[in-house]
Amino acid sequence: MKRFAFDFENELINLESEIDRLKSIKQLSKEDSRKLEELEKIYSEVYRKTYSNLTPWNRVQLARHPYRPTSLFYINRLFKGLQEIKADRRYPDDLSLVCFIGEYKGKKTAIAGIEKGADSRERQKRRFGMPLPEGYYKFIRLLEIAEQLKIPVITFVDTPGAYPGIEAEEKGQALAIARSIQKMLFVKVPTVSFVIGEGGSGGAIALACADRIYVLENAYYSVISPEGCASILFHDEKRAPEAAELLKLTADDLFKLKLIHGIVKEPLGSAYRHPEETLRNIDKTLENALQEISSKDVEQLLKERHQFFINIDRNINNLVK
Amino acid sequence: MNDRIKTNLKEDILWLKCSNCKEFIFKRIFEENLKVCPICGFHYRIGAYERIEMTFDDGIRGFKSLFEDIVSKDILGFTTSEPYSLTLEKNREKSGVKEAVIVGTGKVKGYEIAAIIFDFNFMGGSMGFGVGERIIRIFNYASQKKLPVFAFIASGGARMQEGMVSLYQMPRTIIAVEKFKEETRLPYVSIFLNPTTGGVLASFAYLADYIAAEPNALIGFAGPRVIEKTIGRKLPERFQRSEFLLEKGLIDKIVRRNEIRDFVSWWCRS
Repeated sequence: MKRFAFDFENELINLESEIDRLKSIKQLSKEDSRKLEELEKIYSEVYRKTYSNLTPWNRVQLARHPYRPTSLFYINRLFKGLQEIKADRRYPDDLSLVCFIGEYKGKKTAIAGIEKGADSRERQKRRFGMPLPEGYYKFIRLLEIAEQLKIPVITFVDTPGAYPGIEAEEKGQALAIARSIQKMLFVKVPTVSFVIGEGGSGGAIALACADRIYVLENAYYSVISPEGCASILFHDEKRAPEAAELLKLTADDLFKLKLIHGIVKEPLGSAYRHPEETLRNIDKTLENALQEISSKDVEQLLKERHQFFINIDRNINNLVK
Repeated sequence: MNDRIKTNLKEDILWLKCSNCKEFIFKRIFEENLKVCPICGFHYRIGAYERIEMTFDDGIRGFKSLFEDIVSKDILGFTTSEPYSLTLEKNREKSGVKEAVIVGTGKVKGYEIAAIIFDFNFMGGSMGFGVGERIIRIFNYASQKKLPVFAFIASGGARMQEGMVSLYQMPRTIIAVEKFKEETRLPYVSIFLNPTTGGVLASFAYLADYIAAEPNALIGFAGPRVIEKTIGRKLPERFQRSEFLLEKGLIDKIVRRNEIRDFVSWWCRS
């Protein structure tokens, strides 16, 4: 079976396929076993070379990797006793944005995630993680429930963007996003956001205006997709790698710009090869974040949440040459 | 549709050809009609200062532009064929404004208001740090001086040359709107002009108490080309236009350009 590979992973994936092929042969010829030994020797070197010094574009590719864990992977593993919150009460449930009340380390927590779907059938069903207005209104419902129960809210962001379609526009996609941001900025409970894959523009920020905002090492968070940017700038989508460089969309760049609170490390090879370790890193980050913010009184919490956004200019003025 | 009027005559032309109805119209009448075609009613795009001139008592002279020193800078070192700082310079020369939005105060039919006026000629009215910050300041100013706020929107959305700093203007401006709403009992009214899209529409612009639009303005979250690409077919003719939004319940009213002064002053009356 041909494995999925991005261009920069080609050498490694071919090597892996060859090693697997040789290993699957029951009785290896002398020549073949020598070859296998040889390949296994260079494997770790090729692996290291492939995943060290990733370009911003490589990270965008990894963020979109079809095997990369999606929101539901983390949600199912981090939280217990999940009760799903369905729909906004006006339209049928939007499956691209999932909401739950669950338990995190024994405490009730509200959870939302933009979900791309793990296989191609599910991806269709979940519109590749592009929410409709009713998805955002369901999220607002979740925030209201969280406020009522006085429990923290955790969000997982993984979307190419809010769905751009006729139906979405007719139902007021822009207003849904504006309201979602507004509610998240003013919700009277602690909030933590993780951008775990794609942080696509307005559709992503609608779930990411939290007290603590983290971006995974190989996720990206951007005002526009690299392809969209390239098509405007260069009239050529194929120049997306250059645009990715310009947009400063990696976790590392965003942290330097002080637009996020932290980076969640991924092991060498990224989350799709190491979902368990990535999960553990998110878990640790979340636990610490909740500890930091849970004790603050509401007034202080909201003041600091707003200051974080309002004061970005201080950091910016220091950065401009 | 092209919003700029087509001319096939020389500089000192008397006649213009409306690109919408193709009729020849007298230039003087077109100007007097606030750059709306007197035959078909097509609203042509105008700059921020033209808007100010036709909206405020005493026009530009009656308007006090505020926070002019706040402008965007090249935060990311965004350089393509030219550095972003040069793009900004060129746009300042071309449009005659220093940023894609002008904010300030003035009187409309005797009522003092705070205003946010976008200039689409400046980088498509896109919102970066400069635009967001000016909007925040004017909301705070209006709150202190107890003035109603009127926002004339014409924007393609967030400005990509400032990356995520631009996207962060969405929460920033929303915080400013909410603060204004909390601290005053005054109206905040948006008027969507052609076009109003993306991150500007999906933030402070849509959170107004009342929303009007000029006729036939393009209003939407995603641009028509993006939608067509996603769904793989052509969009219906009137889709995402003011009249369509009114029909769908997404705006409150359509206001023609010659009604705007009356409209604004109505909202100022106590």
